[in-house]
Amino acid sequence: MDQVKVLNTWISPFGMRVLIGLEEKGVKYEYQEEVLSNKSELLLQMNPVHKKIPVLIHNSRPVCESLIILQYIDEAWGFTQFLPSKPYDRALARFWADFTDKKFYDAGARIIKSKDEAQEQAKRDLLESFQLLEGILKEMSAGGSLPFFGGKDFGFLDIAFIPFTSWFHTYESLGNFKIPLESEYPLLDAWVKKCMERDSVKKALPSPDKVLEYAIQLRKGFLGD
Amino acid sequence: MEEELKVLGAWASPYSVRVQIALDLKGINYTLYEQDLINKSQLLLQSNPVHKKIPALIHNGKAISESLIILQYIDETWPAVPLLPKHPYERAVALFWAAFTDDKFSLSFRDICRTQGEKQEKCIKETVANMLVLEEALKGRPFFGGESVGYVDIVLGCRAVWIQVCEEIGGVKLIDPHNTPFLYAWVQRFRNLDCVKKWLPDFDKLLSYAYMVRNYFLQQ
Repeated sequence: MDQVKVLNTWISPFGMRVLIGLEEKGVKYEYQEEVLSNKSELLLQMNPVHKKIPVLIHNSRPVCESLIILQYIDEAWGFTQFLPSKPYDRALARFWADFTDKKFYDAGARIIKSKDEAQEQAKRDLLESFQLLEGILKEMSAGGSLPFFGGKDFGFLDIAFIPFTSWFHTYESLGNFKIPLESEYPLLDAWVKKCMERDSVKKALPSPDKVLEYAIQLRKGFLGD
Repeated sequence: MEEELKVLGAWASPYSVRVQIALDLKGINYTLYEQDLINKSQLLLQSNPVHKKIPALIHNGKAISESLIILQYIDETWPAVPLLPKHPYERAVALFWAAFTDDKFSLSFRDICRTQGEKQEKCIKETVANMLVLEEALKGRPFFGGESVGYVDIVLGCRAVWIQVCEEIGGVKLIDPHNTPFLYAWVQRFRNLDCVKKWLPDFDKLLSYAYMVRNYFLQQ
């Protein structure tokens, strides 16, 4: 009997990837919410190197780092496949998932933590990331005729990026700007709506208002009031 | 179809060296194009428009970038002499340790070489601690890949000469027979492989280069 446990925090887009992955594969798991200011013994034992969430514990063995966990989930449980079958397509999916971590997430984090020119630069960087992702979605979805980054199937890159959508409202509010999704990134706009129809996504993503509430506190911590 | 494989690399870059080592280990033919990182070539900018960095692998006209992604692509396209373990869990562990070494050493090695005083000391301290973590992870096996060289060995081992350069500039031992006996034996073993000897940069050449970069940054 498979024993699966996830150590996570509700707000983490990295954790959401893991939850979506498990739900998509129909894997039953136990969820443990961590308080990062008071990490559990289990978390410290299972990820002694980084002491971070998410951690997937499969039959007492830990897997860490969200994209590594997602790949592990894909390989350990059959049924649907997240990564494409051809090596080149897999490389592209991994590259753009890595991009969402390095460029997109980083720009978003800077919007939350900074102000004035630093924040303006972060906003520009975020919009540039949107532009690139719109372009890639166009390629991977055969010009928008297929619904996902994975083509006709909801795949690795879809799972990697969709959690960040719960933070869009936060970026807009704290950055005091509108992300022109409908007008400038129409394929992404349609993609978000398509993904949000999936049970796995609905279950994992928190409401944008709750995310904003959390982020406002985070921002205060960085900038003072 | 005639296979065409190009690597856009740079002699001093461990990210480039790791790709070259992997291809040679697997006995795959390719052409190496040494890149000028100041005046970037059209081919490089086309191959990696997003990050504009080396290495890039161009296979039958299709470009792949980010060295760890390139290594996985190589392993999946040419499965003989596998780099990554077959079992999903062991594979996840290998991917974890590779990501750890890059996450911890990319910036700390750079900063040991480019800074001084307190900032440099802090980087050295962190690096020494992370080497001890890797010493434990190696668990006395001949390689991180077990009996034969694998993904983590290549990802860490490509930095072997940079480790020596950091030791020289930082005035510290990062790998030594007393504190990290397994890593010490491992690095000798790794450096003895033909595919590694071929591509690791020469110490004196790399040290000169590192001092040139160091002087530039210390003047800023």
